[in-house]
Amino acid sequence: MMTLPRQIKRNRFIRLLKEHIFAGGMLAPYLVIFSFFFIFPFIYGLMISFFNWNLFYPEETVFVGFSNFQTILFNRESIFFTYFWRGFFNTLTFVVISVPLLIAIPLLFAILIDLQPKGFRFFRTILFMPTVLSIASVVLVWKWQFYNNGGFINALLVQFGFEEIPFLVSQPWAWISVLIVTIWWTMGTNMVILGAGLKNIDKAMYEAAAIDGASYVQTMRHITLPSLAPQMFIVTITTTLGSFGIFGQTDLLTNGGPDFTTQVLMMVIRPLAFGPNARPGIATAMAIMMGVVMITLSIFQARYIRSKGE
Amino acid sequence: MALQAEVKKRQRISFIILSFVSFLWLMPLVWGLATSLKKPLDIALNPTSLIPQTFTFEHYLELFTKVDTPVLQWMFNSFIIAAAYTVLYLIVASMAAFSFSILKFKYRDQIFWLVLATTMIPTVINLVPLITMMIDLQWFGTWWALIIPGLGGVFGMFLLRQFFLGVPKEMIEAATMDGLSKFGIFIKIVLPLSKSALIVAALFAFMGNWNDYLWPLIILTGTEASMWTLPVGLSKIAGTYNYNYGLTMAAAILSIIPVVIIYAILQDKIIEGVSRTGIK
Repeated sequence: MMTLPRQIKRNRFIRLLKEHIFAGGMLAPYLVIFSFFFIFPFIYGLMISFFNWNLFYPEETVFVGFSNFQTILFNRESIFFTYFWRGFFNTLTFVVISVPLLIAIPLLFAILIDLQPKGFRFFRTILFMPTVLSIASVVLVWKWQFYNNGGFINALLVQFGFEEIPFLVSQPWAWISVLIVTIWWTMGTNMVILGAGLKNIDKAMYEAAAIDGASYVQTMRHITLPSLAPQMFIVTITTTLGSFGIFGQTDLLTNGGPDFTTQVLMMVIRPLAFGPNARPGIATAMAIMMGVVMITLSIFQARYIRSKGE
Repeated sequence: MALQAEVKKRQRISFIILSFVSFLWLMPLVWGLATSLKKPLDIALNPTSLIPQTFTFEHYLELFTKVDTPVLQWMFNSFIIAAAYTVLYLIVASMAAFSFSILKFKYRDQIFWLVLATTMIPTVINLVPLITMMIDLQWFGTWWALIIPGLGGVFGMFLLRQFFLGVPKEMIEAATMDGLSKFGIFIKIVLPLSKSALIVAALFAFMGNWNDYLWPLIILTGTEASMWTLPVGLSKIAGTYNYNYGLTMAAAILSIIPVVIIYAILQDKIIEGVSRTGIK
């Protein structure tokens, strides 16, 4: 076999080299920023969790091994143990009650819109709209709906002869308020994702089912829901992760009250991460534990949905 | 046919339910708008009426003139920060997306999937290290911290890469034959063909940055009110003027209006972008 002449080989090498240099140049800005602000902090975070970290006096930072984890997980005497488990329990409570609602309600609306009644585009526009607002704007409007003295809902209740409901200052009303705001604010995203899935279902399948005499509910169960599996998969995981990260709603609406019952994990972590009472080591240990739970949960969910989809 | 009638009936039921739900959905905003335009006495006496007895802009004027509630300044700040972020992000992300889709180099797809896989790591773990880094870089309390770190965001880059993959190979080959450089292909062919994807990526970058709450709240701790972003400023209003309904509603409505206008114009793009996330 003849070998390629040297000149051609060299030219090819130079061309490849040039291409790689160009590709590297195009990629570099993104990859550098990504590595520096996403990968590096992650590794840095793992490190911080092993120290009694001091943000402003680095010389006072001490290595403490697993002590931060030990403290938040097992040390019953420590205030951080109380903070962590209370925050964790509160967050989990919110996840458990919010995720099913944040899937079922948008699914219902998506199905209704998919029937394409008169003005369905307009309805979709209205229902999706709150998702583009900032949580601060959302809570600013909603907080005054829930107030006792002249808040809209309570004023309505009084007008119709009912008693006022102490929405933000008693349980379970505080959670219900947080839920209402969360549903109002975030439901649209899932509604649109599920709606896109519904739109992709071949309508001929519905007709065939109808001719076979299947009821509406049967059609839903045996055709619609199974066809939605890919969208359900994404929606379930993103919603669970989103609910785990809840911060703005409780921070601004209930400020963790009443009696710390809505003080979620992010609200515990924030003042420990930065501020006069900062304990960065503890905060990072908490964040890592939270991350571990989030990742584990999404892997289990992914497995579960996959196994059901087959 | 019976089937046809059945569909019509379902549509009617759907219409009724959706009308009712949409009404409920709009209610808080309508009430907020009405309250912001009422006189204080009107607010106190008729909290549930949705039409002010006399229309007044006094709450808006109060908001503009109060030294500690510079809402227009906050909107301006948020706009500048989000716009700067969006422009920079589009540049950086589209270049990376181009490398990950059109260009060919060793380990290209491995690097891409590695980047994508890291999005599984919850960002909360990065919070403390990022604060430490911002302090070390002396970006703490500055807008740099609100613009630069987020440029590594994956969502828009991923969206663009998927779109670039759909650019017909023949077009790129033809352009190469015509002597167009790789960079020329990027600027003159791929980018113009990807306008809609670029708009979607820009929208999400802008909205994400404009609405961010936790990060600016931490970063802008201890800075002057004139430095704040809109969400940070609004959260202070919510805390300070607890029972001044008119003032707070005016602030809320003011913060909502520009977003709703943009939404009304670009809603198809936004909804399209969201629905795409459900289709892998």
